[in-house]
Amino acid sequence: MKGRVLVVDDDAALAEMLGIVLRGEGFEPTFVADGDRAMDVFRDSRPDLVLLDLMLPGLDGIDVCRQIRAESGVPIVMLTAKSDTVDVVLGLESGADDYIVKPFQSKVLIARVRARLRRTDDPAPEMLQIGDVSIDVAGHSVTRVGVPLNLTPLEFDLLVALARKPRQVFTREVLLEQVWGYRHAADTRLVNVHVQRLRAKIEKDPERPEVVVTVRGVGYKAGPG
Amino acid sequence: MRGVISRTAGSGRRLAGLGNGKQGQAALSTAARPADETGLDANAMMTPGSPAADLHEAAGAAGHWSVTVHADRIRRALRPASRLSAALRKRLVAAAGSLREHWVRSLQLRVVGTTLVLSGAVVTVLGLFLMQYIASDVLQADATRTGSVAAEGLQTAEAMPWVRSSPGSGTRGQIYQLLHQLQVQAPGLGNYGMAVLIAQPRQEYAALTAGGRLGIPSAQSLPTPLTDKVSQLQGHGIQNKLSYQLTSINNYPGSGAPVTTGFAYGVPLGNYYQLYYFFPLSDEQRSLDQVQLIMMLAGLALVVLLALIASLVTRWVVVPVRQAASGAQRLRAGNLQERMAVRGSDELAALATSFNEMAASLQDKMQQLEDLTLGQRQFVSDVSHELRTPLTTIKCAAEVIFASRAELDPAAARSAELLLSQLERFESLLADLLEISKHDANVATLDPEPVDVCDLVRNAADVAQQLAERRGAKIEFRLPAEPCVAEVDPRRVERIMRNLLVNAVEHGDGKGTLVTVAGDSGAVAVAVRDHGVGLRPGEEHLVFDRFWRADPARARSTGGTGLGLSIALEDARLHGGWLEAWGECGRGSLFRLTLPRAAGALLEGSPLSLIPDEAELADGAAGLAGLPLDGEGGGAAGLAGLPLDGDGKAGPGSLPLDGHDIEAGAGSAPGTGAVPDE
Repeated sequence: MKGRVLVVDDDAALAEMLGIVLRGEGFEPTFVADGDRAMDVFRDSRPDLVLLDLMLPGLDGIDVCRQIRAESGVPIVMLTAKSDTVDVVLGLESGADDYIVKPFQSKVLIARVRARLRRTDDPAPEMLQIGDVSIDVAGHSVTRVGVPLNLTPLEFDLLVALARKPRQVFTREVLLEQVWGYRHAADTRLVNVHVQRLRAKIEKDPERPEVVVTVRGVGYKAGPG
Repeated sequence: MRGVISRTAGSGRRLAGLGNGKQGQAALSTAARPADETGLDANAMMTPGSPAADLHEAAGAAGHWSVTVHADRIRRALRPASRLSAALRKRLVAAAGSLREHWVRSLQLRVVGTTLVLSGAVVTVLGLFLMQYIASDVLQADATRTGSVAAEGLQTAEAMPWVRSSPGSGTRGQIYQLLHQLQVQAPGLGNYGMAVLIAQPRQEYAALTAGGRLGIPSAQSLPTPLTDKVSQLQGHGIQNKLSYQLTSINNYPGSGAPVTTGFAYGVPLGNYYQLYYFFPLSDEQRSLDQVQLIMMLAGLALVVLLALIASLVTRWVVVPVRQAASGAQRLRAGNLQERMAVRGSDELAALATSFNEMAASLQDKMQQLEDLTLGQRQFVSDVSHELRTPLTTIKCAAEVIFASRAELDPAAARSAELLLSQLERFESLLADLLEISKHDANVATLDPEPVDVCDLVRNAADVAQQLAERRGAKIEFRLPAEPCVAEVDPRRVERIMRNLLVNAVEHGDGKGTLVTVAGDSGAVAVAVRDHGVGLRPGEEHLVFDRFWRADPARARSTGGTGLGLSIALEDARLHGGWLEAWGECGRGSLFRLTLPRAAGALLEGSPLSLIPDEAELADGAAGLAGLPLDGEGGGAAGLAGLPLDGDGKAGPGSLPLDGHDIEAGAGSAPGTGAVPDE
C-alpha cells in the first residue's frame, strides 16, 4: 500500500501528534503549516493522500482544497473543528472526499485514511454502461459518448458502485459503507455532495439527471427508469 | 296679559298661538312682570307730549311676546322631530352600537360631536337672546310710533265739539267725518284701523273707518279687557288716559290672514264715546320671521362650520398621531427603518422627533443585539475550533500512551486508562455545551431532508444497544412495516433518539426498553418506554432542565453530560416538534418525540399516546385517578406536557392529551404494533 500522507495543519502540536500516529501505522507523513506553501509542498512530495485542516493561515483550507483538486484526484480528507452544515458542505463541495471532525480518535483517522487509500489491486477487466456513460473499471476511465470524463477516485468508486447493480436503489447508508468504508452510518451529506459533484461531471443536464437518479426518501440508483 | 294672550291663542295661527309658553316668560328678566297683569296700563297717562312711560310698558309686553314666540317655535319644531325619532328608533338603536364603537375609537369623531353639541347649544341660547332683544326693540319702536299716532288722534278727536254732547241723530256722520279726518291726518302708517264706540247710553258700535275699507270689523273684535278698562276710566271721569293691549283681530280687512295681531289702543272720548285704534303688526312679524329664519340658517351654518373646523383642526392633530400609531405598528412588525416626517417645531413635530429617536434607538439596540448574536456565533465557532484542536492532540497522545500501557507500571497504566476515558467524557461535555450554546444563540440551523425515521431510530440504537447489553437488558423495537418518511434533520433526530435511548437504558434498572414508531398523515412519533424508577409528579418538566438529576445522590453511571435531554428538547423544538415525558414512580417513564412530516408544518396531534396503555390497565381506578384523560384540571401535572409548537402556549390546557389524542395513538397504526400492550 502506498503511504505518503501530506498533513496540512498549522497547529504544530497536532501535526507532530498526527505524524507519530501515522508513522506508527506505517505511513510516511510530510508536513506543511502554511496554506500559501501547501501547493509547493504538495507538488514536491506527491502524496497519496492529503490531510487538510480547514482553518489555515495564509491561503484558506477550502482554497487549498480547490487548488489540489484542480491538479489532481488525490484523496483529500478534511480535518475540521466545525461540524456545521455550511463548513462541511463547503469543504466537500470544494473537492474533499471525506472529513473528520476534531476531536477524533486516532484509530478513526487511520481507518479513514486507509479507506481512502484502499484500491482494488488488480481489478478484473470490466466494462459498465449506464445511459451514454461507459466505465472501464480496470482502466479507471469513464467516457460519455467517447469523450473522456475526469473523475476523482472517489467519484469513480461511487459511480462504479452504482453502475454495477443498475436499477437497484442504494440507500445513502449503503453507499457510505461501500464507497467510504463507514461501518456505521455517518453523515449522509457526504453522499449528497459527492452525487452532486459526480452529476456535474457525467450528466448532460445536472438539473435533470439521467445517469444517477434520486429515489426520493430512499437514496440513489444508476440508470433511468 | 296672560288672559289676553291665552284667549288669542285659541284662534291665533300666526302670532297668537305663540303666547302659550310661560316658561319663556319666566326665564327672562325683562319679562318679569306679574302674571296676573292684563297688559292694560291703568296708570300710564298718555299725553301727546310724553308717551314714554306707557311705551316702556309696551316694550315689556313685547318682551313677553317675543320670548314666547321662540319657546313655542322650538316646541313646534321638536314635535315632528320626536315623531321622526320614534319612527327611526329601531334603526337608531341598530346604528347606536357602531356609532358608540366609532365614538370610543375615534378622537376626531368625539371632538366633532362634542363641538356640534356644544356650539349648537351656545348658538341656540345666543339666538334666543338675540331674537328676544330684536323683537323687544322692534315692538318698542312700534309702540312708540303707534302710541304717538293714537295720542295725536285723541287730540284731534277731543277738538271736536260733538264729543262733549250725548249722541244724537247726526253723531254717526260726525264720527265718520272724524275718522276720515284722522286717517287723512296720518296717512302711510300702514294698515291700521280706528273705531269710535258710543259708550253711552248703551254700547253701540259706531263706525270703523271711512268707507269701512280699513279698520276694526266690529265692536266684538275689540278685546274685552281693553273696552272694560276704557269704560272704567270713563266711569271714573278720567280722560286722556290711553290704554293699550296686544291683541288679535279676526278677519281684519286688508290682511290676508284670518287673524291679525297688533296693538289696540283705547281712550275715553268725552263722556259718551270711546276712541279705539288698532295697529296690526304684520310687517313687524314678517321682518321678525325673516330675521329669525336668517338667524336660524346662520346658526346652523355656524354650527356646521364649527364642526368642520373642529374636524379639520382635529385632523391636524389626529393624522400625525395615527401616523405615529401605524408607524409604531410597523416598527413592532420589525420594520426598523420606519420614520415619521417632521414638519415645523410644534408639539406634533416633537412627537414625530421623539418617535424617530425611539425608532433610531430601537434600531441601534437591535443592531447591537444582532452584533452580539453575530459575536456569539463567532465566539462559539472560535471556541469550538480553539478547544478542539488541542483536545485532538491530547486525545491522540492519550491513545498512543494507552496503546502502550502494557509497558508501563500499573499506576501509569491506570492513569492512561483514566486519562482516555475522562477525555471522552470531557469531549462529549464540550460537544454538548457547544451545541446548547448554539441553540441559545439561535444559530442552530435545521437541515431537513426526507428520511425514514425508523432508519434513524435503528442507527441511533447502536450505542444504547451496547450499553443495554452490558446491563443485561434488551431494547425492543416496534416499527411499522412501511417507512415513516418525514422531512427532518437526520443528524439532530438521531441525536435525540440516542439521548432518549441511552437515557432509557440508563434509568431502566436493567429492565427492557420498548421503542415504538408510528405515523399518521401529519406527524411521525417515536415513544421510548422504560420500566425503571419512573418520575415523580412534576419531574416531567424537570427532566429537560440542564444538568438536572433525578437523585443527586445517585451516581451517573454512564457519565452522561446532563445536557442530553435539554439538547434533545431544543432539537425537537427546532423541528417544530414536541418532546414530552410521562412517568410514574416505580412504573417507569415514557418519552415521546413527535415531529411534523413536512418541515415547518404545525403539529396538531401525535400518532402515539403519551400515556402507556398498560399503565391504565394495570391497576384500574387507582391508576386512572392520576391520568387526566380529558386534558383538563390539575391532574395534568402528572404528565409532562411540553408543547413545543412555539406559539407560546403552555400549561395543562395546551397539552395534547385529550381523549381524542389517546384514541388516535391507539388506533392510528393497527397491526403495526404501535401500542405497547405487554
